Amino acid sequence: MNVKKTDSGDWESSQKHNKSRLGYWTFAWVVSMAIAAFGPKLIWDFAILPTVVGVLLNLAVGFGMIMANKRHLQGLDEMHQRIFLEAGALTLGVGLVCGLSFELLEDIRLITFEPQISHLVVLMCITFLGGMIAGKRKYQ
Amino acid sequence: MKNRLKVLRAEQDWTQAQLAKELNVSRQTVNAIEKGKFDPSLPLAFRAARLFGLAIEDIFQDEDAF
Repeated sequence: MNVKKTDSGDWESSQKHNKSRLGYWTFAWVVSMAIAAFGPKLIWDFAILPTVVGVLLNLAVGFGMIMANKRHLQGLDEMHQRIFLEAGALTLGVGLVCGLSFELLEDIRLITFEPQISHLVVLMCITFLGGMIAGKRKYQ
Repeated sequence: MKNRLKVLRAEQDWTQAQLAKELNVSRQTVNAIEKGKFDPSLPLAFRAARLFGLAIEDIFQDEDAF
């Protein structure tokens, strides 16, 4: 049996690089979100121009974060891509079904408080985290 | 799908991490393939075959085949 070493590249360091890049973009997005949310009230007293700039900056950095996440996903190996895909699909389904049902609860007056987008975000985060953990355990 | 990856790796005295590096995947993926919990794609199966100098069917066998 002839063992032929393949050109394995530097997969691990590329993974680390993608992860840290995603981390930087996520941090920048959180900061830009804080600026867009609190800047008008606390810093520039709802002046239109800085408010619009803050929102556009938040969108631009958010787009950068999405692209960094895409690159991170493409850099994963096939098993981890599958785990990520399954967790993402679960999150999309749960987010859509529960989000719409939750919103409906107020319309049909089963709840008295107004559903917030933050509730949906928390639900999606928990679902994705659960999906990732379940996926990792499945292939362990 | 059954496979002989663990045997072939042991013959080379490689760890899962070493094989993972050669195949450009994570150690967890090698572990899952060895345990039969994850079936590799065709390109990854070809990479493994090329690495060990064998045909794909010498490493991976269909359990349902008769």
